[in-house]
Amino acid sequence: MEVSSQNFKENVHHAVDDENLKGAMEKLTGALRPNRAKAVAGLPEFDELRDHGIAIKMHTLDHIDTYLEQFEQNVIANGGHVHWCADEDSARQTILDLCRQHDVKTVTKGKSMVTEELGLNDFLDQHGILPLETDLGEYIIQLRGESPSHIIAPATHLQRHDIAQTFRDAHQHLDPDRPMDTAEALTEEARQELREKYGAADAGITGANFMIAETGSTIIVTNEGNGDLTQTLAKTHIVVASMEKILPTMDDAGVMLRLLARSATGQDMSVYTTLSSGPRRPGDLDGPDAFHVVIVDNGRSKMLAGSEREMLRCIRCSACLNHCPVYSSIGGHAYGWVYSGPMGKVLTPSLAGLDKARDLPNASSFCGKCQEVCPMRIPLPKLMRNLRVKQVDQKITPLKQRLLLSLWASLASRPQLYRLVTGMMTKTLSRFASQRRVFRWMPFIGEWVKSRDLVAPEGGSFFDRYKASKGGDHD
Amino acid sequence: MTAFNRKKSPKVGLFVTCLIDAMRPSAGMAALKLLEDAGCQVIVPENQSCCGQPAWNSGDLASAQAVAIPFLSSFDDCDYVVVPSGSCSGMLAHHLVDLFENSSDPLYRQQALKIAAKTYELTSFLVDVMGVEKVAGKYQGCVAYHDSCSSLREMNVKDQPRALLKSAGADVVDLENADTCCGFGGTFAVKYGDISGAMVDDKAADVSAQSPDLLVAGDMGCLMNIAGRLSRRGSSIAVRHVAEVLAGEMTAPPIGSGDDQ
Repeated sequence: MEVSSQNFKENVHHAVDDENLKGAMEKLTGALRPNRAKAVAGLPEFDELRDHGIAIKMHTLDHIDTYLEQFEQNVIANGGHVHWCADEDSARQTILDLCRQHDVKTVTKGKSMVTEELGLNDFLDQHGILPLETDLGEYIIQLRGESPSHIIAPATHLQRHDIAQTFRDAHQHLDPDRPMDTAEALTEEARQELREKYGAADAGITGANFMIAETGSTIIVTNEGNGDLTQTLAKTHIVVASMEKILPTMDDAGVMLRLLARSATGQDMSVYTTLSSGPRRPGDLDGPDAFHVVIVDNGRSKMLAGSEREMLRCIRCSACLNHCPVYSSIGGHAYGWVYSGPMGKVLTPSLAGLDKARDLPNASSFCGKCQEVCPMRIPLPKLMRNLRVKQVDQKITPLKQRLLLSLWASLASRPQLYRLVTGMMTKTLSRFASQRRVFRWMPFIGEWVKSRDLVAPEGGSFFDRYKASKGGDHD
Repeated sequence: MTAFNRKKSPKVGLFVTCLIDAMRPSAGMAALKLLEDAGCQVIVPENQSCCGQPAWNSGDLASAQAVAIPFLSSFDDCDYVVVPSGSCSGMLAHHLVDLFENSSDPLYRQQALKIAAKTYELTSFLVDVMGVEKVAGKYQGCVAYHDSCSSLREMNVKDQPRALLKSAGADVVDLENADTCCGFGGTFAVKYGDISGAMVDDKAADVSAQSPDLLVAGDMGCLMNIAGRLSRRGSSIAVRHVAEVLAGEMTAPPIGSGDDQ
C-alpha cells in the first residue's frame, strides 16, 4: 500500500473537524476501553500472563531462524508448501504465481493486515484475479475503496448510516426500501451477499495471528467465522504471514490467545480460533487441496537487528490504538498507512522509511497509556523517542526545529544567563497581558493559540522571590 | 527510605523547573514552604534551569545533555531531590540515566544514577517519605485534581495529592477519563496544535462537567494547557498548582486569571 504519511498534518487538520469521525471514535473507545478493563480485572493473573507472553516472544525472536525453519519442515511434512519473501514485490509476485499455478480466478480473503501492507487486492485485481474481502469491516471498506482505519476493526471510522448508504449503493439488486437501521440488518445483508461467494472462490487467502513451529500450523482468530469459510471451502488456501508471527509451541499460542482477545475486545477468547495444518488428508471431511504459507519479511529482519526490535513483540491486539488519545482524536486514516495508532507510529517509519513518515513518531505527547495497556509491554514511547533521535541524527528533523533547540540549549545550559533572558521575556509578556491575564494570540506559537489561550506569567521569577525571601543568603 | 526510618530533617534540594521559575513563582514558593513545614532543610541550587525534557523528547540528545550537565553535581549534598512536577521528576528519576547511557564521560552517568535514586515528585515526597498527613493550607471548596501522565505512570503519584488536599479540607472530585492525557506533551502542543487542541478540549469538557471551584495539578505544563483551553471556552473555573493550595499560598490570582479568588 502506498504510504501517504507525508500528509499527516493535513490529514489531521481535516480529521479533527470531522464530527462523524468523532462520533465513530467515541463509539469505539466507549466500548473497547471498558471492555478491556473488565476482562483484565476478571483475570487476576493477567500481569503474570503478560510476563509469560513477553518471555515467550523474546525467546522466539532470539531464535527466530530456528523456529521458522522448524515451521517450514513441519508444513512440508503436513503436505503444504512454504514460500519465503524478502520484500513486498516478491510477496505479491509469489502469491500471483500461486494463483496462476492453481488456475485461480477469484479469491475470498480473511482479514489480513500484511496483505494490506502488500497492497495485494489492487495487485491481484490488476492481474485479472478478483479478490473479495469476507470480514465484515473489510468488506465494507472494499466496497468503498478505502483502506482500513484500525487493525482489527477496519471500518471503525464509519457509523451505521454510512454503512447503510454503502450497502444501498453496492447492493442495487435488493429492495431499495428494505429496513437498514440496525446493525443486525446490515450484518445479515452482508452475510447473504458473501455466503454464496465462498463456495465459488478458487482460493482463500488468510493472514495468520500465529504460526506454530512444532506443528506447522497457522492460527487465525475471528469473531465472524468468515476465516473458516474462506480457508475450508476454496480448493487452495494461501496463508500470508509476516515472519514475527512465529511461536515455538501450541502451548505458547495458548498464552498469547488468552492475552490477545482480552487486550483487543475484552473477550476471554475470540469467537473462532481456527487452526490450519496443511491440505485435506485422506478421510478429512473438508479442507483445501493445496496449502501454501507465504512468509513475508519486508523490513522485519532489519528491525530485528536494530533499535526497534521490541516492536516485533506486537501481537496486533489494537489495545494501544483503542486507548490512545491521539488515535481517538484523528482516527486511523490520518496516519497514512496500514498501521495506525502508537504501534503504527513505530512500525510505519521502521518498515516504510523514517523520512516517509517524519511526523508519525513525533505526534505523541508521550502519555504512556499505550505501553500501560500493551499486553507485550512494548515501550512504545521509548521506541518513538529512538526514532526521533534517528531523525535528528539523519537531519530528517526540520532545520528550524534543530536550530531552535540548539539555541535554547545553549541558553539553558547557562542557568544564570537563561534566567536573565527568560526574566526579560516574562516581564515583557506580563506587561502586555490583558486584564484577563491571557493572550489570545502570540507569534511563533500559532499551533498553541489556535485552540487555547496562552496564560500570562504570574510576574517576577521564583529565583528573585526566593533570593528576596532569604535576604540574599542562599545556597 | 520510608516514613519509618527517615531522617527527621533531611536535606532537600528543590528542583524548581523552568516553567515554575518563569511562569508561576508562587508554586515554587509554595513547594518550598511545604518542604520546610515538613521539617526539611531546603536548598535551591543556582545551577539549574530546565531538566532537559524538551530536547530529550525531541531526540536531540546533545542539547539535552548540555542542559542537564550543569545540575548533575548540584545536588551532591542533598539527601533528596524534590520536584514540583511529575514530568520533570520523571526526567530526573528515569530518563536522565538513559540520556547519559553512552556519554563520553562515565562520571555523568554515575551522577545521573545518584540523582535518579533520590528524586521524588513533591506530593509523593511529602506523603511517602516525610509521612505528612496534614498540610498548613485550608481550602473549603470543591477541587478537581488532574493527574499528569508522568505523575501517574512514571512517579506513582495518585492518592498522595488527593489525601493532602482532603487534609486541607477540600472536597476532592475525580474527572471522568482521569487517566487520559490533557494533550500538553511539551513541544507536542506547539508542533501538533490540532491534535493537542482536540485532546485539551476533551479534558476541559471533563473539567467543566464536574464544575469544581478549582482545578489543580502538579505539573505547570498541564495547568497552562488546561487553563488556556478553559479560558478560550469562557469557563470561570480557577486553576492553580496543587502546591499553592496545600501550602495555603493563594494570594496570587489563579493561573490565567486577573481576579483574586
